[in-house]
Amino acid sequence: MIPTQFEYLAPTSVDEALAALAEHGDEAKVIAGGQSLLPVLRMRLNAPEVVIDLGGIEALRGVREDGDALVIGAMTTHHAVLHDALVGEHAALLVKAEHQLADAQIRHRGTIGGALAHADPAGDLGAPALALGAEFVIAGPGGTRTVPADEFFVDLFETAIAEGELLTEIRVPKHTGWGAHYEKFVRVAHQWPIVAVAAAVRVEGGTIAEARVGLTNMGSTPLRARSVEEALVGQPATEDAVASAAARAAEGTNPPSDLNGAADYRTHLAQVLTRRAVLAAAGA
Amino acid sequence: MTAVEDRPDTDASSAKEIGRDRRRKEDQRLITGRTRWTDNIALPGMLHLAMVRSPFAHAKIVSIDTEAAKAADNVVTVLTGADLGEAQGVCINAWAITTEQVTPTHVPMPTDRVAFAGETVAVVVARTMAAARDAAELVDVEYDELPAALDLKKSAADEVLAHPDLGTNKSAFWKFDSEEAGTGGNVDQAIEKARGDGIVIEREYRQQRLIPAFMEPRSTVVDPTGEQITMWSATQIPHILRFALAATTGVPESKIRVIAPDVGGGFGGKLQQTPEEMITFAVARRLGKPVKYTETRSESLMTAHHGRDQWQKLTLSAEKDGTVTGLKVELTADLGAYVSLVGGGVPVLGAFMFNAIYKFPAYQFNCQTVLTNKTWTDAYRGAGRPEATYAIERLMDELAAEVGVDPLVVREKNWITHEEFPFTTVAGLEYDTGNYEAATEKAKASFGYDELRAEQQRRREAGDRVQLGIGVSTFTEMCGLAPSRVLGSLNYGAGGWEYASVRMLATGKVEITTGTSAHGQGHETAFSQIVADRLGVAFEDVEILHGDTQISHRGLDTYGSRSLVVGGEALVRAADKVIEKAKPIAAHLLEASVDDIEFSAGRFGVRGTDQGLAMAEIAMAAFAAHNLPDGVEPSLDSDATYDPVNFNYPHGTHLCAMEVDTETGGVLMRKYTCVDDIGTVINPMIVEGQVHGGLAQGIAQALWEEAVYDDSGTLVSGSFVDYLLPTSADTISFDVQHNSTASTTNTLGTKGVGEAGTIASTPAVVNAVVDAVRHLGINDIQMPCTPERVWRAIHDVRGSGTTDTEGAAMPHFDESTGMQGTTDRTDGANQ
Ligand SMILES: Cc1cc2nc3c(=O)[nH]c(=O)nc-3n(C[C@H](O)[C@H](O)[C@H](O)COP(=O)(O)OP(=O)(O)OC[C@H]3O[C@@H](n4cnc5c(N)ncnc54)[C@H](O)[C@@H]3O)c2cc1C
Repeated sequence: MIPTQFEYLAPTSVDEALAALAEHGDEAKVIAGGQSLLPVLRMRLNAPEVVIDLGGIEALRGVREDGDALVIGAMTTHHAVLHDALVGEHAALLVKAEHQLADAQIRHRGTIGGALAHADPAGDLGAPALALGAEFVIAGPGGTRTVPADEFFVDLFETAIAEGELLTEIRVPKHTGWGAHYEKFVRVAHQWPIVAVAAAVRVEGGTIAEARVGLTNMGSTPLRARSVEEALVGQPATEDAVASAAARAAEGTNPPSDLNGAADYRTHLAQVLTRRAVLAAAGA
Repeated sequence: MTAVEDRPDTDASSAKEIGRDRRRKEDQRLITGRTRWTDNIALPGMLHLAMVRSPFAHAKIVSIDTEAAKAADNVVTVLTGADLGEAQGVCINAWAITTEQVTPTHVPMPTDRVAFAGETVAVVVARTMAAARDAAELVDVEYDELPAALDLKKSAADEVLAHPDLGTNKSAFWKFDSEEAGTGGNVDQAIEKARGDGIVIEREYRQQRLIPAFMEPRSTVVDPTGEQITMWSATQIPHILRFALAATTGVPESKIRVIAPDVGGGFGGKLQQTPEEMITFAVARRLGKPVKYTETRSESLMTAHHGRDQWQKLTLSAEKDGTVTGLKVELTADLGAYVSLVGGGVPVLGAFMFNAIYKFPAYQFNCQTVLTNKTWTDAYRGAGRPEATYAIERLMDELAAEVGVDPLVVREKNWITHEEFPFTTVAGLEYDTGNYEAATEKAKASFGYDELRAEQQRRREAGDRVQLGIGVSTFTEMCGLAPSRVLGSLNYGAGGWEYASVRMLATGKVEITTGTSAHGQGHETAFSQIVADRLGVAFEDVEILHGDTQISHRGLDTYGSRSLVVGGEALVRAADKVIEKAKPIAAHLLEASVDDIEFSAGRFGVRGTDQGLAMAEIAMAAFAAHNLPDGVEPSLDSDATYDPVNFNYPHGTHLCAMEVDTETGGVLMRKYTCVDDIGTVINPMIVEGQVHGGLAQGIAQALWEEAVYDDSGTLVSGSFVDYLLPTSADTISFDVQHNSTASTTNTLGTKGVGEAGTIASTPAVVNAVVDAVRHLGINDIQMPCTPERVWRAIHDVRGSGTTDTEGAAMPHFDESTGMQGTTDRTDGANQ
């Protein structure tokens, strides 16, 4: 299938892009890597009159340090994030997730900003972003605002980015020295996860000092497993201790039922995968 | 067999090509796409079609308003079934399996009622493909929804009628009984006896619905501007298609030329006379202009015919020691909305294979075909035989478990030994050659069978989270379709012969035409190797022409692993005629007696001398015709039509090790070894490719693929996000070996290989999965063995492992934010 006809704009700055968005309102759609938007257009689930390509805005690409945080431009490709030395050192959890996201071709085109803005509950980056306490820098006609991860994901395919706004940066607090693991459960390679668990832990002398756990595809948004995190703190990084904390993984979740599994199966998976993710992150 | 005895043999010295790993000569153009895929064809003034398809599984068509679409930019016209009338012809069923078969008329574009979601109700003709697609969304169809027959078992009970006017969903009932046929005993008596003093295994297995999912979507171009109407189509069956076009539209066969240019895969899925081809043909004729239709992937998944979809009720009886005494099969097979080209014949092709390699004294096969409001079903790689092989190989594992012995032990106890060939089976077939013992021994050794069994035992005893299972499949199949008389006795509408011709060009080059129609198999390479050896010419000098009814005017096309064993035999016979025609010319030129002429390695020599002439020299002499013996025609060209005397029976032993994570239900393949007997191997590299692809498809049925409909008859697994095709990242390196016994049904001793891997692998994988958890009290897991099903089998109180698949897709591309999509249910099927 082919998309309906649209006008194509290629701004070279964020201001230009915002102006184009302001002019065309809800008739416009921005395109980043196109890996989610193009299927939507080709299947004609959406038919914008104007497509604004962010690909020419160099300022939105790349990773830099800013004090205690890493700043990742929205247009940084999955491939670039995956191989970025700073991300590897300070936000290893993202690397673990990017490594398993789709396939090499898609990772070369798709962007971190596009993936997070698309807000697919089965997307692999939401849970790590939540677990790491990322912040989302959103530019709009009235200037720039920063939204914490907990407030960014609103619902299925819905984020705090309002009409006329753009996601420009993702700020990720450094988790230097933390152990990280992304446990993704799929039926075939290159599939969205049935359930996945993102875990980052700081272990001090065999004891879990801090823990962050995010869940993928256990509700209409990525979720943070706070009760697991709380239960883990102060526990030894052993199978039994982690298993009993992981048993709380499904608390407060509302997993979907679909071709790959009913909700009760996902509930079970969340617990098993949480245990595995935390143990792997702790290096146990 | 007698027919092949007194013909020249390929002597060893001239067998330079057969058995050689030739790279496929067609690959460069196929892989780079710089070739004539149908969709690459552009003709002057060509118009483009888009189909308007029903979103409903079953509905009355109340009205079709085409005005807005007709008024759209670049639209030439919009046509409905009523507009085209009888000119659209009908889609035929070539195999009514019984004379009483209930067969709904299949009009390509119905005017009154749609019978499955995706059925075409109108066609838009425009100057560009984009304009046609855009305008298709403007066609306003009013439907009156009818209750839909969806569930196979309920449909078999006529709860809801797929075609109310027919009064029943039951299309045909087909039975084979060994006692009635005189090929064996009474199965009910065998089962009754076993209930008293033996073992009776009763199971019901599900063959899920599958989608052939060939790489190249279907595409058709029709040019009506010449004296003949030319159709290019991505089809496996140009010859059968031409026949069907002529038979149902009234256009004389001689006025139709069908070309299957390069075709990107089929797997049976392009063994069809499709409504889309008929509509494209009709539109081109009506407008007098070339037109093209290429489907989208979504349309392909939704409307190209599906495969399998059966319930199999099975009863096997045996003595206490595991000696089998009887097998009774009761199938219910889903035809979908119409009886397709081969249709109900697919399960019947399996009827002779449930007894497999085992010496059952009594056998009965019953099959009820059923109409539903789903996409029609037809051949899919293996067609009937994978279903049969799955059933019997699963049952043999169950029997072994019941007897308490290794699965290979019950097989060995019951299989035909190599001394017993040729062997007439309880289904009435004569298996020519094979050696099940040798293949099995070789497979066991290569697989490390005993070591893996020991590891399995260790893991069981240790209660490991990840358990190991070993699956066996000692398959055979019948291929090389087919002896025409047998097809006649089964009420099939055509024969099973094949045709080839050899054209000796003046320059010494050789053109071969074959009636088989390659769509990815590598015929051009393998057939060239055969001819090069047979005629003693260089491989590079042979050109294989196929897939065009004007170039290769006779043929019955490619399916059922027939191209080499039937088409290759025709080729050998045509080549041998060339040699016979050349001999008198050679004798004349060499001033020798014909009786003294010997042909070897491309040279006609005079016995006892060093005099001789090369094939190319004779070809030139025949072309010039200046100096030929009296009464000899100036041509070496020859052809042959070969009707096989028997089917062809490849076999093999497949061993599979699967790891099952008992916590998540996840499964992982650890090792796969197969030792196949496909007779003489022409090109080992091509064979390996066929086996690899075949295995991947069979494994995919076991683990991943399933076409799922929701309660309203919408195909939920309508994209590759939800219809899980494996990639190379999901499969392991297979250990592929051979143990060859030459077939006696053809000169070269070949056996078919195209479907073998698919037929064999599915039960090997499922047997392995079940074997991994059998000690937990599990004896079946429904295909595909999804992690969820495996997990439920282990953890549910019911322990069934057969929960219905949820009828919902994952919504990755829903765009619920932003603006309203332009799509509504009316054109939803058109994506
Ligand atoms: C076959 C396939 C498999 C995939 N598998 C996975 C997988 O396993 N896991 C996974 O997580 N993902 C997967 N994806 C999705 C992939 O991650 C995409 O790269 C990602 O979802 C979208 O990124 P993109 O840059 O391509 O965004 P686009 O497709 O260009 O845009 C996506 C959406 O975000 C909006 N958008 C983009 N950038 C911005 C911005 N800066 N500000 C505001 N809105 C914006 C767009 O308007 C659009 O609505 C898969 C995709 C495909 C095609």
